[in-house]
Amino acid sequence: MALLELKDLNVAFEIPDGEVHAVTKLSFSIDAGDALAIVGESGSGKTQTMMAVMNLLAENGSASGKALFKGEDLMQMNAADLNKRRGKEIAMIFQDPMTSLNPYLRIEQQMIEVVMHHQGLTRAEARAHAIEMLRAVRIPDPERRIRQYPHEYSGGMRQRVMVAMGLLCEPDLLIADEPTTALDVTVQAQISQLMTELRAKSNTAIILITHDLGVVAGLCDRVLVMYAGEAVECGTVEQIFYQPKHPYTKGLLKSVPRLDQPDDSGLEAIPGNPPNLLLLPEGCRFRERCPSAHDACRDTPPMQLDGQGHAWRCFLGPTDE
Amino acid sequence: MTQDSGMLKHTLRRLLGLLPTLLMLITVTFFMMRMAPGGPFDSEKLLPAEIEANLNAKYHLDEPLLRQYFRYMGQIAVLDFGPSFQYKDWSVNELIAQSYPVSLTVGGLAMLLAFVLGTTLGIAAALRQNTRVDYSLMGIAMLGISVPNFVIAPILILLLAVYAGWLPAGGWDWGIASMVLPVVTLALPVTAYIARLTRGSMIEVLHSNFIRTARAKGLPESVVIRRHALKPAILPVISFMGPATAGLISGSVVIERIFSLPGLGSYFVTGALNRDYTLVMGVVIFYGVLIILLNFLVDLIYAWLNPKIRYDEKY
Amino acid sequence: MTKSTDSPVIDPFEAALGVHADKGRSPWEDAWHRLLKNRAAVYSAFIMGTIILLVLLGPLVVSWESDFTDWDFTSSPPSFSSGHWLGTDAVGRDILVRTLEGGRISLLVGLVATLVSLIIGVGYGAIAGYFGGTADRIMMRIVDIIYALPFLFFVILLMMVFERNIVLIFVAIGAVNWLDMARIVRGQTLSIKNMEFVEAARSCGVAPWGIIQRHIIPNLMGVVIVYVTLTIPQIILVESFLSFLGLGVQEPMSSWGALVSDGAQDMESAPWTLIVPAVFLTVTLYCFNYIGDGLRDALDPKDRL
Repeated sequence: MALLELKDLNVAFEIPDGEVHAVTKLSFSIDAGDALAIVGESGSGKTQTMMAVMNLLAENGSASGKALFKGEDLMQMNAADLNKRRGKEIAMIFQDPMTSLNPYLRIEQQMIEVVMHHQGLTRAEARAHAIEMLRAVRIPDPERRIRQYPHEYSGGMRQRVMVAMGLLCEPDLLIADEPTTALDVTVQAQISQLMTELRAKSNTAIILITHDLGVVAGLCDRVLVMYAGEAVECGTVEQIFYQPKHPYTKGLLKSVPRLDQPDDSGLEAIPGNPPNLLLLPEGCRFRERCPSAHDACRDTPPMQLDGQGHAWRCFLGPTDE
Repeated sequence: MTQDSGMLKHTLRRLLGLLPTLLMLITVTFFMMRMAPGGPFDSEKLLPAEIEANLNAKYHLDEPLLRQYFRYMGQIAVLDFGPSFQYKDWSVNELIAQSYPVSLTVGGLAMLLAFVLGTTLGIAAALRQNTRVDYSLMGIAMLGISVPNFVIAPILILLLAVYAGWLPAGGWDWGIASMVLPVVTLALPVTAYIARLTRGSMIEVLHSNFIRTARAKGLPESVVIRRHALKPAILPVISFMGPATAGLISGSVVIERIFSLPGLGSYFVTGALNRDYTLVMGVVIFYGVLIILLNFLVDLIYAWLNPKIRYDEKY
Repeated sequence: MTKSTDSPVIDPFEAALGVHADKGRSPWEDAWHRLLKNRAAVYSAFIMGTIILLVLLGPLVVSWESDFTDWDFTSSPPSFSSGHWLGTDAVGRDILVRTLEGGRISLLVGLVATLVSLIIGVGYGAIAGYFGGTADRIMMRIVDIIYALPFLFFVILLMMVFERNIVLIFVAIGAVNWLDMARIVRGQTLSIKNMEFVEAARSCGVAPWGIIQRHIIPNLMGVVIVYVTLTIPQIILVESFLSFLGLGVQEPMSSWGALVSDGAQDMESAPWTLIVPAVFLTVTLYCFNYIGDGLRDALDPKDRL
C-alpha cells in the first residue's frame, strides 16, 4: 500500500471573478521512504496540492477527490483525527521562513509544542530534543538561541528552524515546499544532506516542491512535473532528466544551465505564459506554448505509459521528438 | 543586550518624551484661558471698579501675562492649582480631590467593561467570520459607534429607570445600582469600537502564515487561537487604549451631566460656563496628565507584549 | 531556474488580477464595482441621500415655520389631525420642521469642519511626508504631543474663549480634528514620493510644491476620500455633543444635538421630542459610518481597522 495516494484531486478557489482551477484531477502516489519531487512554474498548483492534503487551503479554496494516507482519506477526516496526523505523521515545511514563524513566541515554545503535544514529552525532554534538532540543522549555540525570538534569526536560520521543526517527530511523510530556496548554497547542501539522513534513518518519505532541478537530482528518486494544475509527466529522475517525453518538461530542462552540455548550446526560455486558471483552454493546456502543437492537441491528450513507471500527458509517442 | 536593560531604556526614553507634552498642555491651556474676553468676575454685575481691581490684584490678574504664566508654572510644579474663582471657599485642589474618585471609578469600570466585552465579542465574530453571528454582532457594534452617549443615556433612563424602575435615573451613592447606567452608557461606544478592531485584527492574524504553521503542527484549533493568535490580535487593541481613554474622558463629561454625578466633568462644564479659569485649567491639566500617563502605561504594556520592540534599539 | 524571463509569476490571485487587466478596468472602476457589491454601503448611501433631500427640501414643503409656537398644541404627540406629524415640543413648535432645520446645521457643520480639518491635515501631512528628515520628525512630534491632549476639552475651551457663533464651531472642531488626517497623509506621501513617476518629475526640475500639487495630492485621493467620510460623522457627533452641553449652536438656531438635549428634558412627558431628532442623528451617523467602511474596503481592501 502506498503511503500517500492522491486520486483525482481538484483544488479550486472562489474569487469575485469566478473560480480559479488551481489543481485539476491530479493523481499520484508515494511509498514509504520514497522521495518525490514536484516541479513546475509558480502557479502550476504544486503548493496548493499539498495545502489540500494538509487541509490548510485558504478559506475561499475547496478540494475534492481522495488523499489516502495509509489507506485513510485525509479529505474525509474530522479535525481531531487529522490533527493526530498533522505535525506527527505528516509534517510540512513552508516556503516563506520570514513569516511562517510566530514573531511573538520564542523559538523554544514553537518547537517544543509539537513534541509535547504529539509525543507527550515533558517540557525539559522536549527542550532537550529541540536543542538537539537545532544542532542538527547547524544552528550555532542552540542552548542560547532557542530562547530567542524569530526576528533575532536571519532568513536562512529561520528556514533551518522550520526544517528542524518539521523533523522533530520523525514523520512518515515530510512535505517540503521550497525548503532551500532562501538559503545559500552550502546551507542548501547541508539541509539536503539532513533530509537524506532522515530518510535513511527513520524511513521518512519526502515530497519536495521546488523550482530547483539541481536539488531534485540530489535528493529524489521520482519527479512529477506539473503544468497549469495538471500532472504532465511523471517518472524516475533518470527518465525525466534524460528521456523527457512531454514538450513542457523538455522546455523546462532546456531553461536550466547544465554542466554536461557545451557552452554554446545556450539556455532557452519557454515562450509565452501559462494559461489563465479562470478560463482554462480545452484540450492540451500547454498547446499555445508548445513547439510541437498540432490540431489534435485541441482534444485532451491521454496519459501515456511506457510500462516502466514513466507517464506523460501528450499525443506524442515514446519515440517522437 | 539583555531584555531588562532594553526595556529600561525604552521606559526612560518614553518617560523623557512626556515632558514636552506636559509643558505644551499647560501652556496651551493657560494662554487659551487668558485669551478669553471678559474676566471671571464679569458675571457679578456692576462690581465697583476698585473692588474688581482688588480682586484682580489678589489673583494676580493685573500682572503682565508672561509673569502670570511663570507664576502659574511655579504653582503647578508644587501641584497647587490655586483657589477657585467661583467656589469662593474652595481651592481647585480640594474640588478635584473630592470629585475625581467618582470620575475615575466610572471611567475605570467602563474601560474594564469595554476591554473585556469588546475583545470577547470581536474574537467571537472573527471566529465565525461571515456568518449570521458575525453580521449581527458587527451590525450592533456599528450601532454602538453611531449612537451617541447622550442619546443612549436618556433612552436607557427612560426604559430602565422611569418605566421599569429597576435603576436610579441619576445621582451617586457609591452603590452598584447607581453605577450601572453611567458605566454601561459610557462603555458602549468604546466596546463597539474595540469589538470591530479586535475582529479585524483577529481575522488578519488568522490569515497569517504563522497560524498556518501552527495548524500544520496538528495543534487543536483552540490552542492555535489561544497560544498563537490571541496576543497579536490583541496588540492593536492595547495601543487603542490610549485614545480610548481620551474618548472615555470626553464621554464622561456628558455622562456625569446626564446622571448628575459629582465628578470632574461636571465641574469642568460649570467652570467653563462661568469662566472659572483656575478650575477649568486644573481639570484640563489633571485629565491631561492622566491621559499622558495612561498613554505611557499603554506604551509600556505594548512594548512588553511585543518582543520586537523589547529588543530593538531603533524603537 | 525554470522561470523564464517572459513568464511572470502567476498564482491564482494574480491570475485574477490578470483578468482585470484584460478587461482594462482602472483601479477606480474596480473600487466602484467593489463598493456596489457592498450592500450595507449602498443602502446607507441611499438612505443618506434621502435624509439630505429631506433636510434640504423638507422645511420648504412642511407648512410650519420652525420658530412658530402653536399654543393650541403644546407637547402634542405625533398626529395627522393636528398637522404636526411628528408632534410638538413644550412650547408648541413643530418637531419635524425643527429636526429638519437642525439637520441643516448638523450636516453643514459636519461638511465645513471636515473641510477645515481636511485642508489643515492634508497640507501638514503632505509637507511633512514630502520633505522628510528633520522637518518631518519635528512636525510629527508636534502631532504626537497634541494627540496626547484631551482634544474635546480644547474645543470647549475655544468655545468659551471666543464669542459663540457658527463659524467658530466649524473652525474649532476642524482645527483640533486634523491629526489623524495628517498622520495618514504623511504616511502615504512618504511611500508615494519614492515612486518612479515622482522621481521622474523631480529630475525634470518640477518644483517641490508643483510635485506635491500635481503628483502627490492626486494619489492621496483614495485615503482622503475614505477618511473624509469617516470624519464627517465624527464631527457631527462632536457638534451635537457640544450642543448637548449647551456649548454649541445657540437659539434660535438648532442642531440635532441641541434638539436631543431639549428632548431629554421632556422625555417623560413627551418622548417624541427626544426620539425624532435622536433617530435622525443616529441614522445619519450609522449611514456615514457604513459608507466610510464600504469605501475603505473598496479602495484599500488590505487595510481594515
